[in-house]
Amino acid sequence: MEFHQPGSWSEALQIKAAHPEATPIAGGTDVMVEINLDHRRPSEIIDLTRVRELTEWGMDDGMLRIGAGVTYTRLIDELGDRLPGLAIASRTVGSPQIRNRGTVGGNLGTASPAGDAHPPLLAADALVELASTSGSRRVPVREFFTGPKRSAMRGDELIAAFLIESAQGPQQFSKVGTRNAMVIAVCSFAIALDGGRRRVGTGIGSAGPTPIRATEAEEFMQGVLEDENLWDRQTEVGDSALTRFGELVALAARPIDDVRGTAAYRRHALAVLARRCFTWAWDEFRR
Amino acid sequence: MSPRVGESVRRPDGLLKVHGHFPYSSDLHEEGMLWGATVRSPHPHARILSIDAAEARAMQGVHAVLTHEDVPGQMLHGLEIHDQPVLAFEHVRYWGEAVALVAADHPEQARRAAEKVRVEYQVLVPITEAEKALAPDAPRLHPGGNVTRHVKIRHGDPNARADVVVTGEYEIGMQDQAPLGPESGLAIPDGEGGVDLYIATQWLHIDQEQLASVLGLPAEKVRLTMAGIGGAFGAREDLSMQAHACLLALKTGRPVKISYSRPESFVGHVHRHPGRLTYEHGADRDGKLAYVRARILLDGGAYASSSTAVIANASCFAVGPYECSNATIDGIVVYTNNPPCGAMRGFGSVQNCYAHEAQMDKLAAALSMDPVDLRIRNAMKTGSRMITGQVIEGPAPVAELLQRVRAMPVPSIPSPHRGEGQGEGRRQVDLTSLPGGVSNTTHGEGVKRGIGFAVGFKNIGYSEGFNDYSTARVRLSVVDGNPRVEVHTAGAEVGQGLVTVQAQIAGTELGVNDVVVLNADTHVGSAGSSSASRQTYITGGAVKSASEAVCKRVLDLARSELHTERELRVENDAVRGTDGKEVVSLATLLGDAVIEETREFHPRRTHPLDPETGQSDAHMQYAFAAHRAVVDVDTELGLVKVIELATAQDVGKAINPIAVEGQLEGGAAQGLGLAVMEEIQLKDGVIRNASFTDYLLPTILDMPPVRKDILELGDPHSPYGLKGVGEPPTISSGPAIVAAIRAATGRPVTRVPVRPHDLTL
Amino acid sequence: MNIRCTVNGEAREARDVWAGESLLYVLRERFGLYGSKNACEQGECGSCSVYLDGALVCSCLVLGGQANGREVVTIEGLHGDKVQQAFVEAGAVQCGFCTPGLIVATHDLLRRVPHPTDAQIREALSGNICRCTGYAKIIDAVHMAAR
Repeated sequence: MEFHQPGSWSEALQIKAAHPEATPIAGGTDVMVEINLDHRRPSEIIDLTRVRELTEWGMDDGMLRIGAGVTYTRLIDELGDRLPGLAIASRTVGSPQIRNRGTVGGNLGTASPAGDAHPPLLAADALVELASTSGSRRVPVREFFTGPKRSAMRGDELIAAFLIESAQGPQQFSKVGTRNAMVIAVCSFAIALDGGRRRVGTGIGSAGPTPIRATEAEEFMQGVLEDENLWDRQTEVGDSALTRFGELVALAARPIDDVRGTAAYRRHALAVLARRCFTWAWDEFRR
Repeated sequence: MSPRVGESVRRPDGLLKVHGHFPYSSDLHEEGMLWGATVRSPHPHARILSIDAAEARAMQGVHAVLTHEDVPGQMLHGLEIHDQPVLAFEHVRYWGEAVALVAADHPEQARRAAEKVRVEYQVLVPITEAEKALAPDAPRLHPGGNVTRHVKIRHGDPNARADVVVTGEYEIGMQDQAPLGPESGLAIPDGEGGVDLYIATQWLHIDQEQLASVLGLPAEKVRLTMAGIGGAFGAREDLSMQAHACLLALKTGRPVKISYSRPESFVGHVHRHPGRLTYEHGADRDGKLAYVRARILLDGGAYASSSTAVIANASCFAVGPYECSNATIDGIVVYTNNPPCGAMRGFGSVQNCYAHEAQMDKLAAALSMDPVDLRIRNAMKTGSRMITGQVIEGPAPVAELLQRVRAMPVPSIPSPHRGEGQGEGRRQVDLTSLPGGVSNTTHGEGVKRGIGFAVGFKNIGYSEGFNDYSTARVRLSVVDGNPRVEVHTAGAEVGQGLVTVQAQIAGTELGVNDVVVLNADTHVGSAGSSSASRQTYITGGAVKSASEAVCKRVLDLARSELHTERELRVENDAVRGTDGKEVVSLATLLGDAVIEETREFHPRRTHPLDPETGQSDAHMQYAFAAHRAVVDVDTELGLVKVIELATAQDVGKAINPIAVEGQLEGGAAQGLGLAVMEEIQLKDGVIRNASFTDYLLPTILDMPPVRKDILELGDPHSPYGLKGVGEPPTISSGPAIVAAIRAATGRPVTRVPVRPHDLTL
Repeated sequence: MNIRCTVNGEAREARDVWAGESLLYVLRERFGLYGSKNACEQGECGSCSVYLDGALVCSCLVLGGQANGREVVTIEGLHGDKVQQAFVEAGAVQCGFCTPGLIVATHDLLRRVPHPTDAQIREALSGNICRCTGYAKIIDAVHMAAR
């Protein structure tokens, strides 16, 4: 096992170009579990915790550009007011110890369907910035996940940052787990309302081979809000519309039975989460 | 002042533990030490065709690779039946069974070499369901067949009839003790063919006995010293890595350390038996129990471990702490190709408590009675007869415990408008108080509250005629001008506070302020195991007895030196008259003399169960506890938040009240775990969740406050009147939670742990 | 590879380290600091909690090499802290295997929130599993230390 510790972003990209099989490590919350429990023996490891650029965030053409190495704790503390959906999700990640180390970049890199950051990123139409020695590109997060723990990232690339708009309206996130803290999602759901564009964004976690957007549910609810002029009237959304929204979210999922829960339960729970999250967000919008 | 019985005394090992200096078994290190690793079976059932270790042996840093051919003594060991191979030969019978061993300079070298040990298997169809092990055409996993033990209890009229009858079938998942300290230890060869093992175990002497047999050595050549124990709960009764480390150390001539990873720990120790329990309760219209019939089928897994004793408990206590003159109980434990099951806190009384308490609630509903009233109507009391025919002596305050938990104040429903949970108040919702916690699944929607009660009991100490005793050596001398008492036993301090209790007892009996409890080892006689809630009683009894003997010698010496016949006692480092005035200081009296006494303490005898009727005075002491649980259930998502547990327990005498409270709280947490989250999930004999990511333990956000009512009713037979404390909290806590979940959801809930989909789909 | 870092204020070096060794392993087996515990080695139990450059982390999830040049404070480095005494006094220690991690996590909580509520204590310590106590006495200990 070879250990690389680049001190700069360009050095990191050069190492990755030379060793496309190398495993990047940041907070270690995924990679170290695999090493400690002997699930994997990477031949090369690149430690990204020395790369200052990855720990920075700022504005980029109207969007927040957040370095892949910003921890969950910092997201909550520094960006919680601007990214409430991601902040709620971040608060459900592991424990204080994990949030002090874990990063959204790492979550994206692992590309697990259960990654807690993914649903809010999907709901808010975030972009993932990938970089290599030959340049960088920005991939919509909804095109980023290609399969279980597989993503659009090439072997010579590293995740530089993700880009996301400051919340354009209320955002919510809910995650079902079988204990009251420190739990991997049985399933999760995120919603982002955008009153300006009159859009409803969604993201489903841990209920399919990848994180999933419930596109039909989004369109359905946008239609309801538009048809009944609710964005302007700001009145309650009817029970039947909420129920249908929940059903469409559940239908968008492609869950399986595993140790954490059954497929049938995941669909059932997603319908509940979708109704609740939408209601909380809508009530906030109406205030 | 000397540490006293009845006072909340600080742990003598506390400071070392909080500073990180307490040496646990995984913290040991010795110059030139090698690391051991274990090759494990990837199949739950297979024939071993060949083992080729040549490549592994040739690897860098590797000093030894051992297989069953390298076991010099007996190939089989076991707590009650010698049926488990030290290293598998001919067959593997469970997933993760140890097949070969490696010792290398670095743990990574050992792991890589273990991977290169080529074992050729002929895979066999595993038996992974207990019921299938009983089928006439099932393959026999052991020479004696697949039934490890069938306990029959035939009490009263087998054909009794009743006005009201309820039946039920209940399923209990496989729970793991999950002590945080991994199985680990260090074996050091003595260069003369013997070995010293530093080990975390619940019973040094039974390890020693099994190791001597496996290693083909006399007991005096296998010396064990207790290393710090990171929790036990039954997981450290059987051998895990003990023999393996000794074999490698003797082979290599080097110290060898083995420390399991968490996934390895899940296959490295036994678990709580999963079970299927079928019950029929009959009662008259007034709610008096007329009969109970039950079949209890436990899955013992691949090897017997303590299965034979667990099934006896499950059977003897099958009805719960109720008077019942007619009972027909069949308790059966079988071999399968699942991971072996054995001891865990509660030991057979946990599984049946879920069933008998669910039945009592069902019966109450059928009779339109209050469930606590029904229990009280049938409650056992002093003089009641067990279904084994044994008359309960000593306090049996079942009705009082129930009345006390019922009378405790019920937590009020917190204000943020349950069932609405929206609007302005939303941001004030404390998510940590709601089902789902910070995962933000509800702000009150779908949440319903339920309250449930349960009561349970079990035996303290060994049963069925097993020779239960402990040994204590107590030594009084003068050190630096002050008297000091040293207490030496082989009792395992697993965290429960045995060291504190020993110091308190010696301090109380000898009146000496400086009491030191020596580390446990095999240089003193057996203490028996730290299990069955027995150590305070039995090893405490031995310390009391040895201390009394030392005290008597001190007073005899004083009377003879002082030429007096007057009544004297020892208090505050001096021999005193009945008026408390000092007659002579211990330092002066003793000078250079040392007074040492060793005593065995034997509690009253028990007797084997009659094989056909199960009738016998099989148990020494009974302990009782009752619980009330208040839960909030998100009925739409099936998520549970336990709001509060309340318990009443008779402890006879609280030797160390703060430690007693810790047992009540910690035991209840393990009960909660089995009720709502803890389960080893198996598929075709393979553990699918052998890690703390997917085997979930209760966190501080899952465990509610525990309201406690500790009764000290005094057992006339035991030292200071004490009763065993450790297990009752784990017995009825979970059943109370499940009863509360039933009350909140209206669902039958016949399986634990309760899963979200059980409450919603 | 070699690892150089500061541990409890002292410069330490480990030579010929296998690159896959976690900081927890390095602390324990290379530096002899066995106070940080190895209960799960996957960040689920908090028994290995240490400070890494002032942040509370699970040392099992830090690759040894990642600690190069960093400052580590372990339970041994908190010697004499009021949290330790409180855990003993409150009866929050049974087997004690979780205790060092809980003490470091409590230390971290109290420097951020000197007088935490029960809810704050529970959320801050939710990454530290205790199998013995049922947590009640741990909450007592935190309040005691906060007084």
